[in-house]
Parts: sequence; structure tokens; C-alpha cells
Amino acid sequence: MRLPGLLASTWVLFRKDLLVEWRSRSRINALVFFSLATLLLFSFALGPDTALLRRNAGGYLWLALLLSSVLALGESFRVERENATLEGLRLIPVDSRAIFLSKGLANAVLLIGLGVLLVPVLVALLDVRVVLPWPRLLGLIVLGCLAISAPGTLYGAIASHARARDVLLPLLLFPVLIPALVAAAKGTALVLEGDPMEQFHSWVALLASFDILYWGLGVVLFPRVVEE
Amino acid sequence: MELPPALQLHDVSKRYGARWALVRLSLTVKRGTALLLTGHNGSGKTTLLRVLATAVRPSSGQVQVLGLDASRETEKVRAQVGLLSHANFVYEDLSGLENLEVLARLLGLPVSSAQTALERVSLSARDDRPIRTYSAGMRRRLALARLFLKQPPVALLDEPFVELDPSGVSELETRIRELHAAGTTLVLATHHIEQGTQLCTDRLHLEQGRSIAA
Amino acid sequence: MDARMRRGLGIAAVLAVACIFGYAAWVGLAVAPPDREMGDVQRIMYAHVPMVQMMLLAGTILFVCSVLYLFRASWKTDALAEASAELALVFGAIGTTLGAIWGRPTWGVYWAWDPRLTTVAILLVALAGYLALRRFVDDPERRAVWAAVTAIIIAVDVPIIYFSVKWWKSLHQVQSNPSTVDPQMVHALRWNITAFFLLFIVFLVVRYRIALAARMREVTVPDAPPRAREAVAS
Repeated sequence: MRLPGLLASTWVLFRKDLLVEWRSRSRINALVFFSLATLLLFSFALGPDTALLRRNAGGYLWLALLLSSVLALGESFRVERENATLEGLRLIPVDSRAIFLSKGLANAVLLIGLGVLLVPVLVALLDVRVVLPWPRLLGLIVLGCLAISAPGTLYGAIASHARARDVLLPLLLFPVLIPALVAAAKGTALVLEGDPMEQFHSWVALLASFDILYWGLGVVLFPRVVEE
Repeated sequence: MELPPALQLHDVSKRYGARWALVRLSLTVKRGTALLLTGHNGSGKTTLLRVLATAVRPSSGQVQVLGLDASRETEKVRAQVGLLSHANFVYEDLSGLENLEVLARLLGLPVSSAQTALERVSLSARDDRPIRTYSAGMRRRLALARLFLKQPPVALLDEPFVELDPSGVSELETRIRELHAAGTTLVLATHHIEQGTQLCTDRLHLEQGRSIAA
Repeated sequence: MDARMRRGLGIAAVLAVACIFGYAAWVGLAVAPPDREMGDVQRIMYAHVPMVQMMLLAGTILFVCSVLYLFRASWKTDALAEASAELALVFGAIGTTLGAIWGRPTWGVYWAWDPRLTTVAILLVALAGYLALRRFVDDPERRAVWAAVTAIIIAVDVPIIYFSVKWWKSLHQVQSNPSTVDPQMVHALRWNITAFFLLFIVFLVVRYRIALAARMREVTVPDAPPRAREAVAS
């Protein structure tokens, strides 16, 4: 038997992750409603001043995604803990980097889906309009969710084996994600309000650099995290 | 030149925090042997199997599988070893076939071999219920199917008879005999002494992480 | 060096540092002249600046130890990482608080979203996360590896955080630091930096020893397994 290479293994595992997520659709439904609920919470907490809500819409979107990501990431690794499947994969053997890439991508896809779903809700609830071209918003969502997913997958693996994992994951993840949050929220605000000073590209560049750095770091560090 | 033995441990110790699970264990298992591993709970049987499977690294000592150094050629060793343990390494939400197809793809095998492996343990490939609904006996059969799919030269079985009814036990005995007859080197850790002595040629007894002459 | 001599040297070192610290405090509080614009409030700088510098030093030590640990696992490196992380958090928290106390009469606010301040604040939260991780993992080896990984992720993020906050605030002006031009003020600052540095070293050494001892307790015999028992008489 010839073992598949890194990319082939990643692809197989990625499909497996999506299949497992699909099979537990009820959990995804719950996640969707959770993110909607957070949007509502923000709207209520900050009062009915529609101008204020509209101005901060970008921020709310990314806060909702960030909070939902903690649940999604936690769930992604709880599934692996059930039957020690992560260990089972390593023993086949499967390159740990393939596990990181596939899980990271699968988590990102889930978050991107969530983000895309939230945009029309945002438009309706907060009376915003997408001023800049749509692909820019989509690109931002993709880059931002990739940014959440890379350190999220790394920390998710760590937290899933520690005590108080539900509190540890967000505590570890949130500080690290602040630059990405700033860039994504700012970029989204520009998409929704217009970009007279052409700042959009700087934020995208920051987000993209963050992604490259943390996906690279993840590929290098994840094997150390999962080995025993 | 003589082929290297299937398994070789030299002065292996494993520590978990302040507790030594294995203490200076040395062991040679020739190819084709079936080794019975006995000992009380906590004597180190599971740890020994996990060290042999390279699931954990020993705190000290060397492990060699089929002549390969486990610490330096870990991936190659893993390809030669199959572990059947308490955790069944399957995804609860997927069906038996789906789980095996993932394994087949990751082993570089054709997807159809998953179906063959399932049928060999009398599980239906058309059963698309999730593993969550499986009984203990079916789970054990699925774990065996994983082993048959991989066909490793070395098979490590950790308490496989647990939770099986008498028919399940005899069926498992048959399968293990099949494995042994095909030339697989076996290490079987079990409390079921009767089945163990019938299936195995050699015996190793552990007590508090040390080997005791039987 | 036997234990009693080591103990004596330790006490002597602590006394020496206490004296230097006392002298530096006196210089800062009594000898140096008050600032022309801010008056006596400016004296907080003699504590605030060294503290933040020590935080950065501790953070650097943490990062270096974490990288080192991944290349060569050693309990000493792990213990040093733990010690420096705690010191970074403590010095950083106190330093930031002193800065806030200084900020109130000077800027009118306790907090301003300036890039340096914000980065330090985020770093403090990240360090708290690091220490929480250490507390919630029981296995010493895994704890050491995961802590090292976490520290590297945090350290790499620090410059990114700084730049992102800088851009975020780019429309607002960054307030300037008070310049200590007067030679007596420079003198006071230098003494205090020295004093705090020595204090930091004392704390680091003590905390390192505590961490290393804890690690050794966790693993009983450091590297060697128990000796083989005599063969049971057959």
C-alpha cells in the first residue's frame, strides 16, 4: 500500500470533517440561531438609535462570528475526543499537518457559511447597505474566518485536553485574534459605509498577512501539540 | 541474514507524572508469535501496547518494530502496526462503511476494500446507521474490520473480549486465529485467561510495570 | 557551594538590592526636582517606566525559553518560562496601573487607546491565558509543550497587535512621553531602572527555583527510572 501525500490526506480528512458536520446538522442549526441571538443582543444592549447601530454593524457581525467560533471549535474537537479519533488518525499513520489543515479548513468553511448567512440579517436588522462591491465583502469574510480558524484549531486541540476547556479556549483565542478582529470589522464597516480614503486594501493586507503567518505557524506547531 | 524480530524493547520505562507505568522493560517477540499479556488493572498492559503502537513515547529506552527504530522512523512503524484498543477510533456520527472508507483512502487503498473488510466481519455494507447505534459486539467487529483493512504485520489487541456475549467471544477467537494463521505477530492483553492461553504461544505477565517470570 | 553559604549569599543579595532600591526611591522621590509642567506627579515615571521595561524583558525571556523548549525539552527552560510569564504579568499590571494613575491628572483620563498602551493591555490578558493554561493541564510534559506553543503564538502576535492598533487609531494623535532632559531626572531614572532590574532578577531567581522544585516534585526522580528490583527468588 502506498500512503497518500500531504495534500491528498488533507482532502480526505477535509471531506470527512464536512461529512461529520453535516451529519450533526442539528448542532449547526443551533449555532446559526446562537449567532442570530447575539446580533439581537447587541441591538438591544445598545439601544434603538438606528444610526449608531448602522455605524457599528461591521463590529457586530464579527463579534457574533467570534463568539460562535468558540462553540464551533469546541464542538469540532469534542467529536474527536469521543473515541480518541485524533490518535487513531495519527496511528494510521496520517501526517499531523494534514489533520491541522483539514480541520482548520473545515472550521473556516463552517464560519464562512455562518458569516454569509448573517449578512442579509445584518442588512435587515440594522438597516445597512452594501456600498462597495459584494465580492469585497465575501473576500473579507473568507479571510476573516480563515484568521479565526488557524489559531482556533491550534488552541482548540490544546484546550480539548485541558480542564475548564470551555473557558480556556476563548481566553486563549480572543487576545490573539484582536488584530484580525480590528481589520475585519474595519473592512466591513468600509464595505457598508463607503471608503472615501481608499483604506480597504490596507485592512485586507493586514488580514491576509495574519492568515499567512498563523496558518504557517499552525502547520509547524500543530504536530508538536498533538504528539504524546 | 536473519530477519529482525517483530518487536524488541530494550530497557523501556514510561512515566505519567509521578507514577512509573513501565519500569525497565526488555522484551523480544519473534515474528509470527502470539504473545499473551496478563496482569492486574494498572499493571502497565495498556501502556505497553501503546508504547509498541507508538501512541506514546517511552520516557527512556528503545523500541524497535520489525527492525525499525520507533523514535526515528515513527511513521513507518505506524504503518506496520495495528492497535485494537478501548477507544475504537471511529466517528460516532458516520456509518461503519463511511468510517472504513475514510481509513481506506488514508491507507492509499481502493475504496472497495472497505466493503470487503466489513463483509469479512459479517457487518453489512448497506447498513448506513451511525456507529452511535451499534452494540458492543458490532463495535468490536468494526474494530477488527479496521485491522483486516490495514493488514499490518503486527497486531496489538487490548482487552478485545470485554463486553462480548459468548457467541461474540467465540467469533472473535476465530478471527484472531485467522490473523495468526496469516502470519501476523500478535500481542493480546486480556483477563480472559482461557481464551488467551488457547490462542497464544507465549506469555508475559506484568506487575506494577515490571515483567514477572510466569 | 554548600547550602548555608548559598543561603547567606542570598540574604546578602536581597539586602543589597533592598538598599539600592531604597536609595533609588529616595533619589526619585526627594532628590530629583519636580517636573516643570506636571509637578510631583511626574515622579511616578521613575516606577512606571522601569516596570514596563521589566515586563518587556520578562516577555522576551518567556519567548526565548519557549522556542528553546521546543528544540530541546528541559525542565529548567520550562521553569524559567513559567517564572518569567508570572513576572511579566505582575510587573506589567502594576506598571500599567501606575501609568493610569499618572494619566488621570495629566491627560484627564485613566485610559487612552494609544497603540503602546493597548498592546500592553492585550498582552496582559494573553499572559493571563497562558498562566491559566499552565494551571489547567496536569501532565507536566504536555503542559510544557502546550505552554511553549501558546507563548510563541502570543509573542508573534505582539507586533501585529501594535501595528493594527496604530492603524486603527491613525486619525488620532499619539501623545508624547514626557522628556526627562534635566540631568538630575536622568540620574534618578537610571538609578530606578537599575533598582527595578535588580529587583526583577531577585524575583526571577526565586520564582524560578520554586517552579523548578514544583516540577521535580511532579516527576519524582528527574530522569532515571527506579532501579531494577532484585530477581524474585525462584
